[in-house]
Amino acid sequence: MILRYWCFLFIFISAFAKAELTIEITQGIASAIPIAVVPMKWQGKPLPENVDEIIRSDLERSGHFGILSPDDMLSHPSTQEDVYFRDWRLLKQDYLVISSIKSVGNDQYKLRYQLFDVLNERELLAQTLSAKGSQLRDMAHRMSDAIYEQLTGIRGAFSTKIAYVTTNRKRTRFNLAIADSDGAREKVIMTSKYSIFSPSWSPDGKRIAYVLLEDTGSKVYVQNIATGKKQLVSANKGINSAPAFSPDGNKLALVLSKDGNPEIYVVDLNTRHWVRVTNHYAIDTEPNWMPDGEHLLFTSGRSGNPQIYRVSLSSGYIERITFEGNYNARARLAQDGRFLVMVHQSAKGEPFHIASMDLTRGLLQILTSDTFLDESPSVSPNGVMVMYAAKYNKRSILAAVSVDGDVRFLVPSKSGDVREPAWGPYID
Amino acid sequence: MMHLNKMFSVSVLCVAMIGCASDGGTTDEAATTEVAAADSQTQAVPESPDVDVVTQEQVEVVANPLLDQTLVYFGYDRSEIRPEFKDVLNAHAQFLQANPNSNIVLEGHCDERGTVEYNLALGERRANTVKRYLIVQGVNPAQLESVSFGEERPVMLDSTDASWSKNRRAEIKYQDQ
Repeated sequence: MILRYWCFLFIFISAFAKAELTIEITQGIASAIPIAVVPMKWQGKPLPENVDEIIRSDLERSGHFGILSPDDMLSHPSTQEDVYFRDWRLLKQDYLVISSIKSVGNDQYKLRYQLFDVLNERELLAQTLSAKGSQLRDMAHRMSDAIYEQLTGIRGAFSTKIAYVTTNRKRTRFNLAIADSDGAREKVIMTSKYSIFSPSWSPDGKRIAYVLLEDTGSKVYVQNIATGKKQLVSANKGINSAPAFSPDGNKLALVLSKDGNPEIYVVDLNTRHWVRVTNHYAIDTEPNWMPDGEHLLFTSGRSGNPQIYRVSLSSGYIERITFEGNYNARARLAQDGRFLVMVHQSAKGEPFHIASMDLTRGLLQILTSDTFLDESPSVSPNGVMVMYAAKYNKRSILAAVSVDGDVRFLVPSKSGDVREPAWGPYID
Repeated sequence: MMHLNKMFSVSVLCVAMIGCASDGGTTDEAATTEVAAADSQTQAVPESPDVDVVTQEQVEVVANPLLDQTLVYFGYDRSEIRPEFKDVLNAHAQFLQANPNSNIVLEGHCDERGTVEYNLALGERRANTVKRYLIVQGVNPAQLESVSFGEERPVMLDSTDASWSKNRRAEIKYQDQ
């Protein structure tokens, strides 16, 4: 593990809005790794964020870790000299995290933490970070990312953002919001009396494309998150919808029905050059880029029911990808395109759930079961978790499930309904 | 005049259903499958307050009670027009041909099942199916607009078969002149 020194330049400044989302973990993996994250040593007036608590909840939410409560610890060491590995072995802990923070003046903090392998009494990771008071939460997520990566081999995505739409029960007010991946620090970036849906992040995390359903129909906008400036991309006659940024961020795939039928188009955002991709009398929608930037996945009703197809942008060749089930839609890729994640209905009248399909082997697995009317799956940038929208206790909530189906948690809102999650990219 | 008629039909939908029934067409079946108004079939049309103030134009409208029905319902994931709604659409087609200055917007809607984007497309198909039907009946396409609201503007908010069947609809909206 390379020793990294993170310098934060965060665009999400107004961090003080009260978080609207909460997390309820409903299922973790049986072989969770036991880890103790000791309360961080700090002398002085209370810090704006409880860093070690954020790390514990990040790791717990991943489902891969069993978290030792600070109350059950025999000691709260902050330096290696104070660590008695025997104590932690006694508590059946495999790994230990200790940390300390000090003020270096002018709202600047210096934070040091170490990760130990308890059985081998070995340091696995040590980092020193610095941040302003308002960035302590970012720092906690970065620490979670590093610990997670060290112990699982998979890059952590705790410091990424999610976008989603909240609405009141009467559906007269819609907010497009951005929050930390744990739902904290919600910030509304767009509010409207019209329905907002299909938010899509640019690969650099600086812009979001979305659909606004006005009285005259749907329109596609791209909004700069930092400045709030929004740009109308498409307001043709008929449907303008389902925007998706290309991997290089220069193009947008979207759906237009200006010629009478929903078809997939690609527009170059710099030159405004439009290319029509599909041409079929059935519904074609929900384009999503393959990592190569040369192919799109999309949903089409051309076989009678919605199924997932792949189109080559250079040749126009279209190939059907899904065959199992009555309804497969809104495909997203996970783990460099190895898995397809989608909305799936096994047969007519059966419930809608989130399913993954192993594209190398063609195996389809239904991932969700305890939520209802599951839709809008969005995959974390490390390809591990899928956030989706569902009905639960008659409310629209967000929920998450791992691509392997082993880990599940719910992200209910304290008020109103939440829909249309979009997991943001890594931001470095 | 059509505007008055619209206000009337929106506020007292069941009256519109009775109107269909009294016409003796097949549309009452359609109405009863969607709205529990089967036993109202034999009742008299109870629009007493309005009857006193009818103008000549309104008499014309009352004479075409099918025009009060502005909702067309669809099967799950379907966009073709059910036979029971053809009389209603024929009435609107006749009216639009007789009144070339009248314009309508056809709104397509879906129930909440399935994805938001697929439903936006499906809603458009529903609106366009109605539009095409009216054009085939002789309506000038210039009088017709269509818009899809997908699953975003439900009339019923709960997740039941009964609510879903009312949300899968096309709405005929006459525009103010």
